[in-house]
Amino acid sequence: MQVFDLGSTGTVSGLITAREAGLVACQRCGQVHRQDASYCKRCDGALQSRDTESLQKVWAWLIAGMIAYIPANVYPMLLTSTLVERSESTIIGGVWELIHHGSIGIAIIVFVASVMIPMGKFVAIIYLAVTVQQRSGAHQHGRHKAYEIVEFIGRWSMIDVFVVAILSALVQLNTIATINPGIAAVSFALSVIFTMLSAQSFDARLIWDADRTAG
Amino acid sequence: MKGGGPWPIYGLKRIYRASSKGQTLPLQHALPPLDDLVACPQCDTLHHAGNLPDNARAHCQRCGIVLMTSQPAAMARILSLALTAFIMMIAAVSFPFLTLDAGGLHNATSVIDAVLAFNEGLAIPLAIAVAFFIMVIPLIRLAALIYALGPLVREAPARPGARKAFGLAERLRPWSMAEIFIVGVTVALIKVAGLAAVTIGPAFWAFAGVVIITVLKDQLICRYSIWEALEQSAA
Ligand SMILES: [Zn+2]
Ligand SMILES: [Zn+2]
Repeated sequence: MQVFDLGSTGTVSGLITAREAGLVACQRCGQVHRQDASYCKRCDGALQSRDTESLQKVWAWLIAGMIAYIPANVYPMLLTSTLVERSESTIIGGVWELIHHGSIGIAIIVFVASVMIPMGKFVAIIYLAVTVQQRSGAHQHGRHKAYEIVEFIGRWSMIDVFVVAILSALVQLNTIATINPGIAAVSFALSVIFTMLSAQSFDARLIWDADRTAG
Repeated sequence: MKGGGPWPIYGLKRIYRASSKGQTLPLQHALPPLDDLVACPQCDTLHHAGNLPDNARAHCQRCGIVLMTSQPAAMARILSLALTAFIMMIAAVSFPFLTLDAGGLHNATSVIDAVLAFNEGLAIPLAIAVAFFIMVIPLIRLAALIYALGPLVREAPARPGARKAFGLAERLRPWSMAEIFIVGVTVALIKVAGLAAVTIGPAFWAFAGVVIITVLKDQLICRYSIWEALEQSAA
């Protein structure tokens, strides 16, 4: 496949944005309009040069996501009962169990998806929101990386919720062994949904605007 | 659309911008016609849009995301992949997905069973959410795409609401989590491996097929050209 890459990313100076040209662009289809247009003539989407309430929505969803993440770690994710015992395991407890059984690779997947990605995502969104709010020019590269992480990797935290769903459906063997979802599965799923909404509320154009105001 | 310059797509430089006493003035008369421009959805940088050669990709000059791709017969390929994925998805949710055997007991699980596992109290909203992420949203996306693109492939006028349907399919993209579900299944299999014998059913392979086809299909989608085609066929 032929790739057109004209100039290295983020360093091209002198490029002009639709806003600077006195125009408003549609984020869905890329069509450019005069500034007074309010609907896209091509895709019928609503036009907004910049979402001025973006950061407020980002913070609101982020805080909801962080609050939901607390019970997700405190309460059990899985309730297991076998002939000999009943046990409850939290997210971290589940990772320990996997390590004890020797499944190091899977333990790493679960740890990354359930602990590192959510935590990393909180940090990345806070970092983005704070540096964009301050219009700080010092963090351009870090900001672009943070946005990529938030945008493409965040959804993968949902793995643990699916694992719980499959285990609970599969392991229903009457008295021998049953697995049921714990309350943490609900709050973890909510946390992932809220942080996804937070990331989607971010108007990415503000990130690149902050780069250029810094010069 | 006319290509200009040595490249079919290039960023607009400040040449197009005039300033007097440090003030920037909107200079529409210096810009090419608005229909020849495309703005990056991520960073708002203006580019001159031209015709790409086959099998080419055009990236934003500023932030690097893909603005346009051009693959021969992309529309027809997207449609046939979407139809295949839709049929396989129906099979994937109805046939047994995994079968568990332990101590003489036997439990076959379909994707629908996995969803219904959350059937008490607070877990019900979670069941609904899981059902949406792994079945309902993927199916809605496929159906919307088939509805919107079907007539375009036959070069017939677009169906009413085709633009809404394509917009919906694009907006739902991050919420369709079939690929994450497949990784979750793998993790779950290893977790129960010591406890019981697990057999992988036909639906597992159908589901994995849907995931692969969806990735191929989404790579073929060039939003810019689809929106353009939808606009032209509606007029
Ligand atoms: Zn549009
Ligand atoms: Zn860009």
